[in-house]
Amino acid sequence: MLENHARIMKFFSTADEVVGRKKLQKMIYILKKCDIPFEEKYEFHFYGPYSEELTLRVEELCNLGFISEVKEDKSNYYQYRYRVTEQGEEFLNHSQVELPPLEGMINNMKGKSSRFLELVSTMLYFDDLSKQEVEEKVQTVKKTQNYQETEIVEAWDFIDNLRRQTLL
Amino acid sequence: MAYKDEQLSEEKVFKDPVHRYIHVKDQVIWDLIGTREFQRLRRIKQLGTSFLTFHGAEHSRFNHSLGVYEIVRRILFNFENRPNWNNDERLLCLCAALLHDLGHGPFSHSFEKVFKLDHEDFTKKIVLGDTEINKILRRVGKGFAQDVADVINKTYENKLVVSLISSQIDADRMDYLQRDAYFTGVSYGHFDMERILRVMRPMEDQVVIKQTGMHAVEDYIMSRYQMYWQVYFHPVTRSAEVILSKILHRAKYLYEQNYRFKQKPTHFLSFFAENVDLEEYLRLDESIVLYYFQAWLEEDDTVLRDLCERFINRRLFKYIEFNPNQQMTEWMELYKLFQAIDIDPEYYLVVDSSSDLPYDFYRPGEEEERLPIHLLQPKKDELKELSRQSDIVEAISGKKRTDHKLYFPQDVLEQLPADRPEKARIFEILFG
Repeated sequence: MLENHARIMKFFSTADEVVGRKKLQKMIYILKKCDIPFEEKYEFHFYGPYSEELTLRVEELCNLGFISEVKEDKSNYYQYRYRVTEQGEEFLNHSQVELPPLEGMINNMKGKSSRFLELVSTMLYFDDLSKQEVEEKVQTVKKTQNYQETEIVEAWDFIDNLRRQTLL
Repeated sequence: MAYKDEQLSEEKVFKDPVHRYIHVKDQVIWDLIGTREFQRLRRIKQLGTSFLTFHGAEHSRFNHSLGVYEIVRRILFNFENRPNWNNDERLLCLCAALLHDLGHGPFSHSFEKVFKLDHEDFTKKIVLGDTEINKILRRVGKGFAQDVADVINKTYENKLVVSLISSQIDADRMDYLQRDAYFTGVSYGHFDMERILRVMRPMEDQVVIKQTGMHAVEDYIMSRYQMYWQVYFHPVTRSAEVILSKILHRAKYLYEQNYRFKQKPTHFLSFFAENVDLEEYLRLDESIVLYYFQAWLEEDDTVLRDLCERFINRRLFKYIEFNPNQQMTEWMELYKLFQAIDIDPEYYLVVDSSSDLPYDFYRPGEEEERLPIHLLQPKKDELKELSRQSDIVEAISGKKRTDHKLYFPQDVLEQLPADRPEKARIFEILFG
């Protein structure tokens, strides 16, 4: 029952805590691109790949009391923190959903900024293009973010590292 | 004259129940409509299984695609000679509007979930692949097919163009709300589109609405809210969708178990293998799917046969409201009880969730991704976000509503012998 909910719960449980909605969106997308079987559908939005289904699913999990969402006032914006609740852990104990080991990848991503993950997920979104085309596309669709050459190089390294971890 | 500028000697019109007439003057648009890939949309219903709830809902994605094209055509007519609008983008907008749903397959929602497909990938493949559509787009100009794909994919550089067919107030939504309301026969879904089109203005990277049009937009937002809960998430439609998904799951499972189908599922083989090429994808439409469901009524597998019979003859699952948080233990008990009475809970005990966010606003710095609707103020070209101006919209802004239901075959449960101890317990859990 609710297998897709359970997969997202497994992610939260492994991550222990996720800070930021944008970061959450990009982390799941990146894992999805690493063939982790999340089924939330993504489309390209203002900050890169974004899944409305994921937004709604997380909201559902909060409403069900399986995840706690803490809204923090950061003076000029709000930030959200997510954690699995006791009820959520109980739900997971009943669930038979299995996922490949995620801990390494999640920890790598947690240490990065949402801006960086936005860049990585945008590059992965265009993974059917050549390296040069991907970079051109990033500069076109992410003009306002003004990504620097060093960030793009770091993002390629990050992607290569992810691919090694998932043996892609 | 360049192909992109060619006009038909006489304007063609399609009679349309929603927009009265759909006008075509561009040769390119006329040629695109005539392609096999676009004509295929006649055989894909816009609302999937909703026809089992609302018998009028037999309209196709062909109707809707023409409707979106017509709305964009009217918007662009109003944009001509306005600041911030470059009419060189006109044909691109019209093509993207016409072709935006090209990759939808039969009963898209279920097919995408079961076979892990994405209709947007197929739209892109049709636009860029070896197709009649692509040949026409390439005749328009170098890179034009890619531009059309980028607009549909929302990765086109000019966000104003993208926002015409993909934003919180776009031609796609304006058409499907009205069209679906018309064909389902419900009284929601109506709003004053003509007024909205008159007050739309192109800005740098988005379409904005003149402040004076706020009330028409309020009506549009409310009609969307109503349509989602009254039509799109109707529990009977969801029941049909649950059964449809389970048929596809069962057929795939049987195929993987080397089950010998009496009617070999030739058209589904690449779907089962999750390796669908474009030609096979285009070949599978809803008539073919329904043909197989009919044929599978003769199969030996009782689950497949029963599920097909339910879908074809509208013997749908019943449902109860279900709260996964409070009723988790009950659900687990039901699962075991179903197994004990030889009803496979994987196919016959299904929790289905529906959620919608009617309107979301953007708060600077917050990690939201939807561009809100902006109202253009009478003085100084100032923009104000809709929910800050409208009390009605504010009341539903950012509010998500979720609904969980548990579906099961009540008819089978009722036929269980009265003395089976499981029966009483199942009914007790389900109906209290």
